[in-house]
Amino acid sequence: MANMSMEKQKMPELRPEIRSRNFEEVALGYSREQAVEEAHRCLQCKNSPCVSGCPVQINIPAFIRKIQEEDFEGAYQIINASSALPAVCGRVCPQENQCEGKCVRGIKGEPVAIGRLERFVADWHMAHAAGKPERPAPNGKKVAVVGSGPAGLTCAGELARKGYQVTIFEALHVAGGVLVYGIPEFRLPKAIVAREIEGLKDLGVQVETNMVIGRILSVDELFEQGYDGVFIGSGAGLPRFMGIPGENLKGVLSANEFLTRVNLMKAYQPDSETPVQRGRRVAVVGGGNVAMDAARCARRLGADEVYIVYRRSMDEIPARAEEIHHAIEEGIIFKTLTNPVEILGDEHQNVTGLRCVEMELGAPDESGRRRPVMKQGSEHMLETDVVIMAIGTSPNPLIRSTTPGLETNSRGCIITEEDTGLTSRAGVYAGGDAVTGAATVILAMGAGKQAAKAMDEKLSK
Amino acid sequence: MYRIIKKEALNPTVSKMVIEAPLVARKAQAGQFIILRVDDRGERIPLTIADYDREAGTVTIIYQIVGATTMRLDQLQEGDQLADFVGPLGRPTEVEGKKRVAVVGGGVGCAIALPVAKALHAAGAIVDTVAGFRSRDLVILEQEFRAVSAEYRLMTDDGSAGEKGLVTDALRTLLEQNSYDEVIAIGPLVMMKFVCLLTKEYGVKTIVSMNPIMIDGTGMCGGCRLTVGGETKFACVDGPDFDGHLVDFDQAIERGRIYHAYEQERCNLLKKEVRE
Repeated sequence: MANMSMEKQKMPELRPEIRSRNFEEVALGYSREQAVEEAHRCLQCKNSPCVSGCPVQINIPAFIRKIQEEDFEGAYQIINASSALPAVCGRVCPQENQCEGKCVRGIKGEPVAIGRLERFVADWHMAHAAGKPERPAPNGKKVAVVGSGPAGLTCAGELARKGYQVTIFEALHVAGGVLVYGIPEFRLPKAIVAREIEGLKDLGVQVETNMVIGRILSVDELFEQGYDGVFIGSGAGLPRFMGIPGENLKGVLSANEFLTRVNLMKAYQPDSETPVQRGRRVAVVGGGNVAMDAARCARRLGADEVYIVYRRSMDEIPARAEEIHHAIEEGIIFKTLTNPVEILGDEHQNVTGLRCVEMELGAPDESGRRRPVMKQGSEHMLETDVVIMAIGTSPNPLIRSTTPGLETNSRGCIITEEDTGLTSRAGVYAGGDAVTGAATVILAMGAGKQAAKAMDEKLSK
Repeated sequence: MYRIIKKEALNPTVSKMVIEAPLVARKAQAGQFIILRVDDRGERIPLTIADYDREAGTVTIIYQIVGATTMRLDQLQEGDQLADFVGPLGRPTEVEGKKRVAVVGGGVGCAIALPVAKALHAAGAIVDTVAGFRSRDLVILEQEFRAVSAEYRLMTDDGSAGEKGLVTDALRTLLEQNSYDEVIAIGPLVMMKFVCLLTKEYGVKTIVSMNPIMIDGTGMCGGCRLTVGGETKFACVDGPDFDGHLVDFDQAIERGRIYHAYEQERCNLLKKEVRE
């Protein structure tokens, strides 16, 4: 009998006043009882609309069915057949726009907590599963994967399972890409990312860190070294700035820099040698997940006041609902319909404030969102000592500038075939933010998976 | 891992290390840099490539002990390993097609200027070098520079070696005597700023090598940004070489001080740790 409760099982969480002073994971995960209870809210719809909302098409009703039956390892196997990183996706996917957005239970009441169930299953597997997966028999083909973020890891995992000898080349000193340098510990513990990567290594995937492809080796040299195919998942690296006066003052930094210092270089730990600017009053410009991450990190580093400065309204804000909810709980102040026009500094070029204007929403623009327009005479000052720009990124030019024949669009994104990820160069595939510009973990994973399938079809001929 | 093949003190605060890094050595060119981490909790610091040996598979770095990380680096000995060593990063210095070039090095900047001078010499240019140091005991790489320079002018602040004066004094004389396609200045920001003010008077194009704070070195963090000709540039991917007449040095000097207080504190902690 289905559980007809209108609401999801509540996620146990650390209390805001405690968690906003540490970097421990906020959401603690469902208990076994909660998971089973929540699983019973699933109606096991025949047409399963939830699956159509999942970029990697996990068989959602089937895995939830297994939870209902308390066969958690069985549930894991179903998720794992479609997703290489379940513990990650259960935590960071924007479920409200994907699987849960299509859930029938969401028409009246809350949808089934698919994301939380996915996380429960993945965590259960990590805690209980014994032994390493069997290594598939080698098929004699070699593939190079550039970048160890969600796209690269997924592509590598898919191909390794089919017997390819896969080497991942990572520019930084640890693998994981944005999962390691970008998303903070309190949202995605790095031990979980490391475990997922260990899982790939168990499948035979090799990870070479400190390898900046485009510098130490070009894509052409990878082919010369005997790789049969190359997947580029190098991400959207370059941080954007607004182009307003004062952006090079001390105290203005990109969200990439701030988050890299905090997450990758562990600047929040006392024994880290990497410094970070800890503001008293921090303004984060932008409204995406990265902005929320930066704001919540700043809070945890001890800022008294943290602002999100976003030019549209709460209705258009692109961050995941849960991140916004958590940020508000942690005391982050949302200055919506506000846009910075200048950053002010003192004689030593330290930031002292942000000059802002109020905005109002006009007609929809090409993105379909209502275009913010400046309100006349609305100029005002926001006192602040650190400003973090979280307004997006653009792809890194290193690979496109060193790979002749690799076509990119006007924004510098690699052009690929819709269904295969094939680029303008034979044997070279790409996916993730390097193709789309800044997007989500799960979309990158979807692209990695699709490219792996296309590469396999091509290479196994 | 990246083994230290050779370590040599060049002066009391500047040392040279030859690091085993065959893939980096295969691609390295003058003007490029590497990023290293000493150990697992260490920060990432950029250092310009001082030399490389493609056959031996080694890259040479020369560093001055200025902060916690370089102190830690200097505690390592031959045979020890560095945790990480990434490169070659940045664009190489353009050395082709120049008839006569003046290379100006200041302090440890001479370590970076030397491979550029060598590359220019190898490409057929006449190289005149001006090297500046505070005093005699800090002079490095004199013989190496002499080997590739038509003229070598050594300047010290106190006159204890070479001539007493600033690099700009010697450079002014050279600019009066010869006609240059280019001046390349590598050293402290203040030195590069004044070299550029001087060469502007003479209308000689001047390239400077910028070494700002950076983390990843691939364009991701944007911490290394500079204002060049009114535009924001990233030293790691757009540089590290820039047209010195366009660089906003005053801003670069301020940005270089962002973590000054933190760095001092770290150094004091580390000195204490070493003593105990």
